[in-house]
Amino acid sequence: MVIEPTISKQNILKILSRVTDPEIPVLSIIDLGIVRDVIINNDEVEVIITPTYSGCPAMDMIAMNIRLALIENGFSKIKITTVLAPAWTTDWMSDDGKRKLKEYGIAAPDKKFEIAADGVECPLCHSTNTKLISEFGSTACKALYQCNNCSEPFDYFKCH
Amino acid sequence: MSFLIDYTLHLADSNLILAQRNAEWCGHGPILEQDIAITNISLDLLGQSRNFYQYAATLMGNGATEDSLAYLRTERAFKNCLLAEQPNGDWGQTVLRQFLYSAFQQLLYRQLQNNKDEQLAAIAAKAIKEIAYHVRWSSEWVIRLGDGTGESHKRMLHAIDELWRYTGELFIPADYETSMEVNVTALKDKWMQIVTSVFEEATLPIPEKTFMQTGGKEGRHTEHLGYILTELQYLQRAYPGAQW
Repeated sequence: MVIEPTISKQNILKILSRVTDPEIPVLSIIDLGIVRDVIINNDEVEVIITPTYSGCPAMDMIAMNIRLALIENGFSKIKITTVLAPAWTTDWMSDDGKRKLKEYGIAAPDKKFEIAADGVECPLCHSTNTKLISEFGSTACKALYQCNNCSEPFDYFKCH
Repeated sequence: MSFLIDYTLHLADSNLILAQRNAEWCGHGPILEQDIAITNISLDLLGQSRNFYQYAATLMGNGATEDSLAYLRTERAFKNCLLAEQPNGDWGQTVLRQFLYSAFQQLLYRQLQNNKDEQLAAIAAKAIKEIAYHVRWSSEWVIRLGDGTGESHKRMLHAIDELWRYTGELFIPADYETSMEVNVTALKDKWMQIVTSVFEEATLPIPEKTFMQTGGKEGRHTEHLGYILTELQYLQRAYPGAQW
């Protein structure tokens, strides 16, 4: 028996909330604010996404994973459109996303540290006695820190 | 239309070539964190250049793609500024090249984000956030090395000597820039102010008025570009259409 997928924006968003960032698997693309809109045109689903950083290598994979998730759920006419304006900002990251990020061991973007500097709260021991090692980290979106209290190195998801 | 294509390719080429240069440091940076920093900058520049190439390919049609534009054009077709193609030299020369370029790119893209071409404006507006990091990082390095030891200071003087003559071209408009209502000449004073203030802190002198080499924007390059393209394009030249 073929179950016809229900085409509603809410249904699509639910599917997309299970597509995660390949570099930060605790965050969905909804948490990250990458999905800007979903447009349903008869039986075609258009997902509008925006890249985080211009050179983020995860974007191609994310677009492919969106397609796969929709195919798995019975959709066949899928269009993925990338828009650049307005430019992505960490302001679009959900509060739930920030919480998950912290639990995963990455300090969440913090307006007080729009320019990365010493003192970002350590996600492991919660000390603010921390030092910035480098504004460039393991991915374009992260800066590298070390905690002076528990000595652990950690990543900070930069305000952008 | 052809001016728009030429200008978009110029922006794409400058970023691609500098990205390729910076990527040469991958695995060779002075310490791990700085190796990561320079390759992150390379990746940002590459991402920005992809946005420009994709746009140029759309404008050109006839089967052009971002890959055909990056991998299948020869030196004379490349419109990058000469500064971008200069060799890495030592770390001092690399960070100085980045600083001179990023300080210019920041001013240019601030202007470009208001361009009447919406796609160029959108690419620029997005890139500006990334460029702010590049300017900060590279100016800190110029200061650290200029105002560092006798040896590092000497090397920065050498780097200025190697690179300064390629900065004049940035402010001399090519035909396609004039047609796109991009005013690079107007950026010169502000750029000079930024460079002067960083050089002062770095205890480095601004060179006297000197000969400026031009031509990159029109496809007349220094001998270095051919070698860069040989490496960058090798795979697509040897195995046309290869994918992985």
